[in-house]
Amino acid sequence: MLRQIEGSRAVADTVALCRPEVICAYPISPQTHIVEALSAHVKEKALTPCEFVNVESEFAAMSVAIGASAAGARAYTATASQGLLYMAEALFNASGLGLPIVMTVANRAIGAPINIWNDHSDSMSQRDSGWIQLYAATNQEAADLHVQAFRIAEDLSTPVMVCMDGFVLTHAYEEVDLLDQPAVDGFLPPYEPRQILDPAEPVSIGAMVGPEAFTEVRYLAHLKQIQALELIPAVADEFRTSFGRDAGGLVRPYRTEDAETIVVALGSVLGTIQDAIDDLRAEGQRIGALGLTTFRPFPAERLRQQVRGARRLIVLEKAFSVGVGGAVTADVVTALNGAVPVQTVVAGLGGRAVTRASVRGMLLDAAAGRLDPLTFLDLDDSLIERELARLARRRRSGPTAENLLRDLGVVASRIG
Amino acid sequence: MASQEIKFYQVGSHAVGNRLLDMSRRSIQADMHRTNSLNSGHRACRGCGEALGARYALDAAMRAAAGRVVAVNATGCLEVFSTPYPETSWQIPWLHSLFGNSAAVATGVAAALRAKGREDVRVVAQGGDGGTVDIGLSCLSGMFERNDDVLYICYDNEAYMNTGVQRSGSTPPAARTSTTPAVGDEPGNAFGQGKNLPMIAMAHEIPYVATATVAQLRDLEDKVRRAMEFRGARYLHILVPCPLGWVSAAEHTVRVARLAVESGLFPVFEAKHGEITDVTRIRRQVPVEDYLKLQGRYAHLFKPQPRTNTIARIQAIADRNIRRFGLLTGDTR
Ligand SMILES: Cc1ncc(C[n+]2csc(CCOP(=O)(O)OP(=O)(O)O)c2C)c(N)n1
Ligand code: SF4
Repeated sequence: MLRQIEGSRAVADTVALCRPEVICAYPISPQTHIVEALSAHVKEKALTPCEFVNVESEFAAMSVAIGASAAGARAYTATASQGLLYMAEALFNASGLGLPIVMTVANRAIGAPINIWNDHSDSMSQRDSGWIQLYAATNQEAADLHVQAFRIAEDLSTPVMVCMDGFVLTHAYEEVDLLDQPAVDGFLPPYEPRQILDPAEPVSIGAMVGPEAFTEVRYLAHLKQIQALELIPAVADEFRTSFGRDAGGLVRPYRTEDAETIVVALGSVLGTIQDAIDDLRAEGQRIGALGLTTFRPFPAERLRQQVRGARRLIVLEKAFSVGVGGAVTADVVTALNGAVPVQTVVAGLGGRAVTRASVRGMLLDAAAGRLDPLTFLDLDDSLIERELARLARRRRSGPTAENLLRDLGVVASRIG
Repeated sequence: MASQEIKFYQVGSHAVGNRLLDMSRRSIQADMHRTNSLNSGHRACRGCGEALGARYALDAAMRAAAGRVVAVNATGCLEVFSTPYPETSWQIPWLHSLFGNSAAVATGVAAALRAKGREDVRVVAQGGDGGTVDIGLSCLSGMFERNDDVLYICYDNEAYMNTGVQRSGSTPPAARTSTTPAVGDEPGNAFGQGKNLPMIAMAHEIPYVATATVAQLRDLEDKVRRAMEFRGARYLHILVPCPLGWVSAAEHTVRVARLAVESGLFPVFEAKHGEITDVTRIRRQVPVEDYLKLQGRYAHLFKPQPRTNTIARIQAIADRNIRRFGLLTGDTR
């Protein structure tokens, strides 16, 4: 059913159709609307049987999900940013125990400085947690990915994170075609746990494993991710056959056929990139984009196939590995093994708008061979220079962000 | 789950109860058909109070729940000595996730059981004092405040034993641990405000809070049984001496626990909905020295010369407990 609906609401309503039995969450912007809507569903008994547990922290939220999942219930939670980091220890645990928990990450920057706006620093920081990571490009895809996420998680018995851009998607009202209950029931069978805490058949879950088997256990976890490289596109195909919509899968190519320059990116920024590409194609530039819908496991083989003919790759990232450069870039470079030169563009940190004009300029620079290997899109060089000069004058830690804001004229007072 | 033949049991002590008694009055551990929830053959140290306490507590919970118990365990000695993969000593469904989250994981298990309509299956969470009073306190308080249907058992050996006897929030003043060494002007752990988790639990006004020790094992069984009569959040705090960390003789575990009670240092009581309803009277009060002297972790209080001031401060703590809980008169105030 087509509805003009907020992204968070579309996700919440879709999650409800997936019949989770335990939902637990701790509020953090921009995830809040999702769990607020779900708590209302549970309270109104629109979703039964389901327990909604209000917890005291994200660490507890993931822990509740772990307990619920191990006891055989379909478990769901959602978080963002500081919350995701606060759960980090339990995240690794959930995947190590092979529990098919599904979680929405409403992507947001990580402080300090505290910043509630969108980038991918949070989910990228957990890329080695053993969770499958899917990134939605639109609200339609965000909703559809959740149905697929439960399927993938439960088929493989491994947790799945659906990442959607905070505010840009979560708070955007647009038309979303929501599935109905019979459709979801047909696509997503009831959860059949592989191992369950049941007095009729006692098992010990979470035993201590020493050096004699730990490597093998981790290897098997890796194999599961490799299996996911087959399963994720298969589930997406089935979704397309069932509902006539493209969502999910490993990668999303856009005008890559003959493209000399290909931009690799994740999430909603793909929309802007596609617009810029359309403009440049009209002007005769051979440019395309490759969206990564699946980031963990990393679809190296599909990436190689898709960019084989390109002369250069630009990885546009909304996260950044301080001291190195792009987090996604490292995987892309490894996958290509020198076959195509790769440049990194860090963009949209902390909610900085990634505009069509900036992307266009960057692409023209790239096509002309003028792009640095590591570029920060729309970086205000003058601000940096002034702060660096200040730092050179006085060796002490100081209110960098406040200084920058004063230079920008955003704050008038002299703070530092 | 079928009960199994008893593997071993002690005779001739209060621990087992009198085998001549009527079946209904015998200790669960004396019963041929106890469940052996925590089986023999685990890797706890000789004389481990935690192993003893857990065995009694879980079998009592199993008896109360007609064999339908799921246990959740925090990281710590109990977890490590009972489940070195691929072995396990647990005969009941058991889950270990992390050090600081056993209360929340248990909440999740309870929520799942409720969603599935399995109200007959009961959930027990357990952790050491570190996992309970320190790192897990936030999850535990959340579980109390929501009144989740979980019995949480803290095995208090008064330090982080699993990582090599470091101080915890439950380590008593003057005790030596590997991070509160017996050196300096005030050797051992500093005197502080204390962190009394049973009282913190009571402040949440949950249905049932009790303390117990491995010196009174019938009382321990009774308290688990009573705790299981309630629905909602319940808390049982068990003093479990640790020969390794307390530097006490393995055969003194029960004796040390009894002296902790008889000196007044560890008050044994029961509380319902935030109010104390019963205290165990001290039968024969002993000076705190009797308790301290049995333990190497307090050796610096007696050698090279007795630190009478410090001992007097510890005695004052015991005296305050005696007054506060009416341990000599049996008053509950
Ligand atoms: C987050 C985290 N920090 C530290 C540890 C290391 N650690 C494991 S068990 C433990 C102490 C356990 O002490 P306690 O809870 O008192 O149980 P005991 O071993 O004494 O029974 C510590 C510090 C850990 N596993 N996780
Ligand atoms: S160190 Fe202490 S608590 Fe741990 S197993 Fe040994 S006696 Fe038990």
